[in-house]
Amino acid sequence: MITVICGKEKGGHRLKLKGKVHKYGANVDTDAIIPARYLNVSEPKELAKHCMEDIDKDFVKKAKSGDVIMATTNFGCGSSREHAPLAIKAAGISCVIARTFARIFFRNAINIGLPLFECAEAVDNTENGDVLEIDLSSGRIKNLTRKMEFAAKPYPDFMAELISANGLIEYTKRVLAERRI
Amino acid sequence: MSLAEKILSAHADRRKVSPGEFVSVRVDLVLANDITAPIAIREFRKIGVKKVFDPKRIVMVPDHFTPNKDIASAEQAKMMREFCYEQGVIHFEIGQMGIEHVLLPEQGLVLPGDVVIGADSHTCTYGALGAFATGMGSTDIAAAMATGYIWMKVPPTIKLVYHGSLGKWVGGKDLILYTIGKIGVDGALYSSMEFTGGAIDSLSMDGRFTMANMAIEAGAKAGIFRVDNKTQLYIKSRAERSYRVYEPDNDAEYTRIIDYDVSDIEPQVALPHSPANAKSISQLGDIEIDQALIGSCTNGRLEDLRLAAHILRGRKVHSRVRCIVIPGSQQVYLDALTAGLIEIFIRAGVAVSTPTCGPCLGGHMGVLASGERCVSTTNRNFVGRMGSPQSEVYLANPAVAAASAIAGKIISPDEL
Ligand code: SF4
Repeated sequence: MITVICGKEKGGHRLKLKGKVHKYGANVDTDAIIPARYLNVSEPKELAKHCMEDIDKDFVKKAKSGDVIMATTNFGCGSSREHAPLAIKAAGISCVIARTFARIFFRNAINIGLPLFECAEAVDNTENGDVLEIDLSSGRIKNLTRKMEFAAKPYPDFMAELISANGLIEYTKRVLAERRI
Repeated sequence: MSLAEKILSAHADRRKVSPGEFVSVRVDLVLANDITAPIAIREFRKIGVKKVFDPKRIVMVPDHFTPNKDIASAEQAKMMREFCYEQGVIHFEIGQMGIEHVLLPEQGLVLPGDVVIGADSHTCTYGALGAFATGMGSTDIAAAMATGYIWMKVPPTIKLVYHGSLGKWVGGKDLILYTIGKIGVDGALYSSMEFTGGAIDSLSMDGRFTMANMAIEAGAKAGIFRVDNKTQLYIKSRAERSYRVYEPDNDAEYTRIIDYDVSDIEPQVALPHSPANAKSISQLGDIEIDQALIGSCTNGRLEDLRLAAHILRGRKVHSRVRCIVIPGSQQVYLDALTAGLIEIFIRAGVAVSTPTCGPCLGGHMGVLASGERCVSTTNRNFVGRMGSPQSEVYLANPAVAAASAIAGKIISPDEL
């Protein structure tokens, strides 16, 4: 059962993060995460300037490095733009917690190393502005504001392998190297 | 096995696959566009291979912001073009192109039984041809370009059976909006939708493309149709390689079977800001509009333009309304021209554009100001999708969009 989903720190330290929650509702779509009108560039830093702009104008101002985005169901629905998780990551967000994610967004986030956790309990018991502490390797989520603790849904084995390879590009390198042998 | 499972097992060299399993799947075609290709190319370079696995199985289409709307877009299109020249990848330049999901089937690049992945969520459109086609991100596309394989989780299948015969002005767009209205934008999350039934058999290929196109709007991974005579006829003149037709097993397992009797349904309109806000047109009340858009990978095919022209013939677009028609490809444009449709549009006061995604994603060629309303044949009406976050998009079929352009408010063609 592995729930780490982002790149391991050098030396394989357990990665704990702490941040404030920015909470949203259901079906936050990719046009809300990064409006298509800004997709004429693909640099993450540029994209991050407009993250969540159409549903939360002040998000970029409010979000501090390490903060957490939380949403209810179907987060990231809509387009396949990888710009969406890239913008979130470059805005300094350390992870996204939701009841469920849209399929393509889920793939993209894993592929680029933005940690995602599916945890209905955490979503139901956390309010906007609460502070969370998350253990990336175990998937334990602590709500420090409310003194509660939750366990995220574990990732399937294959995905854990992908994650431990540090994302799809590294995994592909490994697969190709094996093929050559 | 369901149709999706049949195709995936064949491409994973497995006798059987089951929902939830992770498999490595051989891909027949890989797709990217002017927005998603730049990231895919950047990631591809990181893998360290010199050549793509097979340049003839990779297609890149500049369609979203093209003809380039600004310098930044031009740079992205340039990066993509240069990569295609370097690698020998199939590339459709302005003047030969179309919106990717109109273009690829029309060019015979997607065939029944194929596994197609595209860095565009509406890649699911090709399910109309009995292919397993799904949208992914740019990094996935980079990996597939290097290896010819991609990992997938086998989706469970939902079977949707449409009984009855369709009324006047009711088509594929209405069936899919009706369906999403019933099951919601996550009603088919992670699943494959298998569309069947009498009403589907009588649907044209263009109507099926429209339905498969919007499977993603219900959260689905794919939306698939069985291959029949209409599919064969469509493929016959286009296919340049062999293909295999798969059939679902009689004992296939479905997570849900949903039956709809669609004989009595009216044209559907999805209100802002969700494709699931579908309502029957008679229940809308008066909704004045500023713009009507007919085009996109959902409804930019010849049948759609014919329908719109049929309504607009000899009539005029309302003086307060901008009506924009965007043929989905150069071929659609040419066919519409030859059939006299373009003249009908221009005489009616329509602005006809060269093929592009353009306003569908708020790019150019018809972006909305705050407070403006557009009735559109596109597939998404999210906040800010077509421009200002304070604008509104109403999704409808081409006949409704054309009739509304004339009336200045959303109406059924019957009310003209
Ligand atoms: S027409 Fe719209 S939905 Fe279709 S590919 Fe273009 S932007 Fe996407």
